[in-house]
Amino acid sequence: MPRYFTQDHEWIDVDGSDATVGITDYAQSQLGDITFVELPAAGSAVAKGDSASVVDSVKAASDVYAPVSGTVSEANAALEDEPELVNTAAESDGWLWRMTLSDAAELEGLMDEAAYKTYVEGL
Amino acid sequence: MNDLNPAGWRPAMSADQGDSAAVTTFTGNRALHLEEPLLFEIGAADRCGVDFDEAPDLPDTLGAFRRKARLDLPGLSEPEAVRHYTRLSRQNYAIDLGLFPLGSCTMKHNPRLDEKVARMPGFADVHPLQPQQTVQGALKVINELAHWLIKLTGMHGVAMTPKAGAHGELCGLLCIRAALEARGDAREVILVPESAHGTNPATAAFAGYRVENIPATEDGRVDVAALTARLGPDVAGVMITNPNTCGLFERELKTIADAVHAAGGYVYCDGANFNAIVGRVRPGDLGVDAMHINLHKTFSTPHGGGGPGSGPVVLSEALAPYGPLPFTARQPDGSVRLVEEEDAPGIHPEGFGRMCAFHGQMGMFTRALAYILSHGADGLRQVSGDAVLNANYVLRRLEDVLEAPFGAAGPCMHEALFSDDGFAEGFSTLDLAKGLIDEGFHPMTVYFPLVVHGAMLVEPTETESKAGLDQFIGAMRSLAERAREGDPLLKSAPHLAPRRRLDETLAARKPKLVWKD
Repeated sequence: MPRYFTQDHEWIDVDGSDATVGITDYAQSQLGDITFVELPAAGSAVAKGDSASVVDSVKAASDVYAPVSGTVSEANAALEDEPELVNTAAESDGWLWRMTLSDAAELEGLMDEAAYKTYVEGL
Repeated sequence: MNDLNPAGWRPAMSADQGDSAAVTTFTGNRALHLEEPLLFEIGAADRCGVDFDEAPDLPDTLGAFRRKARLDLPGLSEPEAVRHYTRLSRQNYAIDLGLFPLGSCTMKHNPRLDEKVARMPGFADVHPLQPQQTVQGALKVINELAHWLIKLTGMHGVAMTPKAGAHGELCGLLCIRAALEARGDAREVILVPESAHGTNPATAAFAGYRVENIPATEDGRVDVAALTARLGPDVAGVMITNPNTCGLFERELKTIADAVHAAGGYVYCDGANFNAIVGRVRPGDLGVDAMHINLHKTFSTPHGGGGPGSGPVVLSEALAPYGPLPFTARQPDGSVRLVEEEDAPGIHPEGFGRMCAFHGQMGMFTRALAYILSHGADGLRQVSGDAVLNANYVLRRLEDVLEAPFGAAGPCMHEALFSDDGFAEGFSTLDLAKGLIDEGFHPMTVYFPLVVHGAMLVEPTETESKAGLDQFIGAMRSLAERAREGDPLLKSAPHLAPRRRLDETLAARKPKLVWKD
């Protein structure tokens, strides 16, 4: 299952037309302790680059942008009680939402893991 | 560095009589450090601090609305209530106790003359529904303050009613919306640079606009090329903070304003930092169409003590016709009246409406006018000059121990910005801020602006003496060195405050909003 990354530090796992989105471990380390995650409603349509979720930390509230366009199928309900999952498991159990892609071609501009690693090292 | 009290008492003058930390007390108090329970824990609900007469037997007209459960308010006597709040106030830090370096929302000294004026009964004890001929003095204060705000900013009109900075931002954007609608031009986008205040995008969104960010350049200013490239028929305007949140003057504001105007948009300037340029720069000369002035910042008034804010908005000739009601107008006989809806059709037909019920924040108006008149033109020039000088003194005295990301970009304005670059592994801006509490200072603004990693924004204000700044600088140098060396005692600071480091994360994740379940 290929994983892509954005310059805004989201990751997206793609399985056919279904995808799971979260923020990267680098992003959570920069945000500090996360206190609340505002998630998109299932069924809502998001366009690539839209602010789809907000992550509140002790330092700041940060928008999470949709890496691609599509329809949200499920939000990670576990984050309601345990927002700290984004800190402890940003790239696994701390996923934010699942979605159905509307245009797989939008994945082309995203980075793979190696490219993202290089990108983060340059920051 | 600690040479402020050469002849007075020093801790070293006490004879060493053992470890004071080991002393425990029955009350939990530590001499003048008094522990204080919650109000509800002091006063039981079943007793009353005041002797009331037996209630007369009146008929009950409340019916189903009659209260069924007990109210459970604590019963306290007057001295108990007074002591409670006095004890709490002693655990607080205040501008009257020491330097308050909280950049981006100045906590500066409030001259006592301004306080005296604000308390005069003719200003303090009037009611907004009084007949206007009985409050002529108060109305003249509003009118004269409006005059000086227009003069100092080089603008055309002013809306005095907004109650705070963000309220003023909203007022300015509603003027822009009204002006665009008047020419039948529906525009949807407000551009907000990264270096602007955090309230700006929120205001634009609240006013119904879509917000687009404009990046900052390497030296902390608006990227003019990126901004002008984005201008077009859908852009209603830009919101620029000047001086910006990096503590820098936006030198290209005139160029930006000309480009925005050429594209049919308007320029909103966040004037929260006007205290850095008052008496020196008139925003009207830079092409600004609307700018709020935080009276509670630039012109004294005790916002820092939790008092109300006041955010009048100065308006350009293009936007002034759309400003809100009411406003003051001098009459041919020398009296001043408030122009309300019933007068507006012949005088001010295009105003967008009202920002609030009455005329604005009277107590702030009196303080601000007293501040302006007691300083005079030369005094106001010195206010901005000293504010900038003090910030640059802090910047240059600390830049060898703290990374100053824009230090090379030239002088800063009224606030100095540092990052956590160079701290030992695992040490953060938060640790240094907590250490500052042990040193007896309120911490500076931390983690803002977001464009700087681990930002520390220090605004010393113009009223601090060199000796006072030197003591703060000494504390900051010591803390910076401890953060660079990785002193474990800094990681667990504060040690000397009434409470140790609180779990802010737990408090945010699982806040307790009631005192007892």
